[in-house]
Amino acid sequence: MAAIEIDHLVKQYPNGFKGVNDVSLNIADGEFVILVGPSGCGKSTLLRMIVGLEDITSGELRIDGKRVNEKAPRERNLSMVFQNYALYPHLSVRENIAFPLRLKKDVPEEEIRRRVDEAAGLLELGELLERKPAQLSGGQRQRVAMGRAIVRQADAFLFDEPLSNLDAKLRGQMRSEISRMQRRLGTTTVYVTHDQTEAMTLGDRVAVLRKGILQQVASPRELYEQPANLFVAGFIGSPPMNFLPAHVEGDCLDTPFGPIPLSRERADAVAGRDLLLVGIRPEYFEDSSLVDDAKRPHGSTFQARIDFTEWLGDAQFAYLPFDAEPEVRDRLRELSQELDSDQLRTQAVVKIDASSRIREGQTAEMWVDLRKIHVFDPRTGENLTRDEEAGAELTRQVAADRAQQVDLAGGGRSSGTTETGGAGPTGGAHRADAPQSVDVRDAAGSRQMSGGSTT
Amino acid sequence: MTTMEREAGAPPAAETSSKRSPKVSSSERKSQILWLVGAIVIIAYALIPVAWILSLSLKAGDDINNQRFLPSDVSLENYRIVLSSDIFLSALRNSVGIAAIATTISVVLATLAAYAIARLEFPGKKLILGVALAITVFPVISIATPLFNMWRTIGLYDTWLGLIIPYLSFSIPLSVYVLSAFFREIPWEMEQAAQVDGATAWQAFRKVIVPLAAPGVFTAAILTFFAIWNDFVFGITLTSTEAARPVPAALAFFSGASQFSQPTAPIAAASVLVTIPVIILVLLFQQKIVAGLTNGAVKG
Ligand SMILES: Nc1ncnc2c1ncn2[C@@H]1O[C@H](COP(=O)(O)OP(=O)(O)OP(=O)(O)O)[C@@H](O)[C@H]1O
Ligand SMILES: [Mg+2]
Repeated sequence: MAAIEIDHLVKQYPNGFKGVNDVSLNIADGEFVILVGPSGCGKSTLLRMIVGLEDITSGELRIDGKRVNEKAPRERNLSMVFQNYALYPHLSVRENIAFPLRLKKDVPEEEIRRRVDEAAGLLELGELLERKPAQLSGGQRQRVAMGRAIVRQADAFLFDEPLSNLDAKLRGQMRSEISRMQRRLGTTTVYVTHDQTEAMTLGDRVAVLRKGILQQVASPRELYEQPANLFVAGFIGSPPMNFLPAHVEGDCLDTPFGPIPLSRERADAVAGRDLLLVGIRPEYFEDSSLVDDAKRPHGSTFQARIDFTEWLGDAQFAYLPFDAEPEVRDRLRELSQELDSDQLRTQAVVKIDASSRIREGQTAEMWVDLRKIHVFDPRTGENLTRDEEAGAELTRQVAADRAQQVDLAGGGRSSGTTETGGAGPTGGAHRADAPQSVDVRDAAGSRQMSGGSTT
Repeated sequence: MTTMEREAGAPPAAETSSKRSPKVSSSERKSQILWLVGAIVIIAYALIPVAWILSLSLKAGDDINNQRFLPSDVSLENYRIVLSSDIFLSALRNSVGIAAIATTISVVLATLAAYAIARLEFPGKKLILGVALAITVFPVISIATPLFNMWRTIGLYDTWLGLIIPYLSFSIPLSVYVLSAFFREIPWEMEQAAQVDGATAWQAFRKVIVPLAAPGVFTAAILTFFAIWNDFVFGITLTSTEAARPVPAALAFFSGASQFSQPTAPIAAASVLVTIPVIILVLLFQQKIVAGLTNGAVKG
């Protein structure tokens, strides 16, 4: 068990490129932290710096308070699951798992056998112990790699996209297995992924990286509800948040989908700026004819042409094109490239009820919930309407949940495992095996934008 | 050696052609027949000289003039002559000893060197590999005379060491070249995984990299052994007595049963005998050179 402190870490490659740039992050003992970001943002590099496979250019890495910058990987007592598993092909599954124990001179044979059997039991590898890696399926190899990582009682687990080679079904299964295992062992875990679902469901806290720079560290709920900037807002959530160009006009924002009224504080926050981007998640929209009367006053309605719809059974996506000036178009294109998304950003994706009769090519009346929208500065990307207090509150709630769940899991560990991160607000656990978007939306409360005007 | 390689290559081709399922289209059948014909031609090309030497070695006395492919009477006389000849036995001892020692040293050194070349970035790496390749195609004959003079001066002439040294200088570069290609194929992560699992650099090399590179090491060992076993140029120029003369050179000095009879048949018998260790080696190592040993290391 160990806490990992990442203190202004920098990785500069010989060609001068900074793969990791001034990242600070404190990972508490027992915490499950996710590193997420688009391809090439430095996730693997950061993980490999922690484990000792990559030299640290500057900054300090501490494990349990002790500086380990100069320590060789084997002296750090961390275990890692590589993206491609890196099993030893010449050894049987049993010997693969036993490998770390055999390297320690003082572990007696029966102890090795016992611990391998225990790990194999946990991962349901019992019948495969005598096979060679070549005779295993992808998911089984993944579990062997995991077995090798957990057999040693390392201070922390490091995972580098361990599920990226598996098919969707197996990925879901392994995801919940990893989650259960971490909960049970209570070992500090750093997990790299670029998968949305893994990031949102597995971690106590999620650290979002972009071009080597840490953007925000927070609980998944806080990232979703109170993103720090345009990048985080666009990265978290699938389909991604819609960004509409807007101009300030008094207490209102003028957008392609009609004016959006602003509350006092929000109007103050955006005052004096010309061009802004309004971020609205797809599920904040609804077919106007299907909105509850109770909810209706929280939003506004507008007319829009529907370009295209996709009916998915439980919901329906509609695509609403909008006009944007060249400056905005360029910015949006840039953003979508950076986010690895192929989405055409001058159309809004809206998620509406599956029973809606809105059809392609029609002009329809849509309703948009204005309580949770955010306003961004397109140049700096800063979120002008971020409510720090609301975010911190979300994270406190999930911290409480985690304490409860850890007790339930019987890990025998005390609950006070959250700690303020170096670069972001507090983190806590949020475990959601069920889809979380519904309760997230209701939990976030109505303290944000309110008002109900029509076009 | 050429014969050996062909022999080793032929069986799989023959196997492919014989695997015939009941329902095949006519074009498939045609290609199978072509395969079969090709395989037979290649096998014949490779085996007829061998068969010829074998039959030659079984002809006693003047029977080699019998104008027929097969001996009139199968006789082991030539083998008896060869095996009771001091020239042959001492040459065989020299060949086995020198080839074994040189191969071992060469493979061990080349393994370490190739590992460094595959894993480390250092200036002049490309140059080293380039020079290694250049040496393997260097005409051996051009240094035979200088070596002859030099070895006589410093006392290495007609000794095992005098042969081992030039053999090493030609076989190490070749092995380095072959092995570094092999090491490069082994994912870096194997080794990093071992380090994270608690291995020192040496442990990672010995417990993970060497076993994985074993097919490459055996390939290099076989190539080296064959090259040394078949060497004639150094064998004839750098030796003068039975103290160090290897088999290929000794065959040239072979005289047969009496001074007056042609030694053709005994030489054929000796050739058959020296081929036997090579065949045994190939059979032994063939099982070690399991293609695709790294299967299963990564992904799916
Ligand atoms: N040896 C090197 N020299 C220069 N730049 C490098 C070197 N190795 C990696 N990089 C760069 O460092 C950046 C971070 O790489 P890293 O492997 O950490 O990305 P990642 O976030 O893990 O991406 P992915 O999701 O694709 O695995 C990349 O932009 C890469 O191009
Ligand atoms: Mg990576």
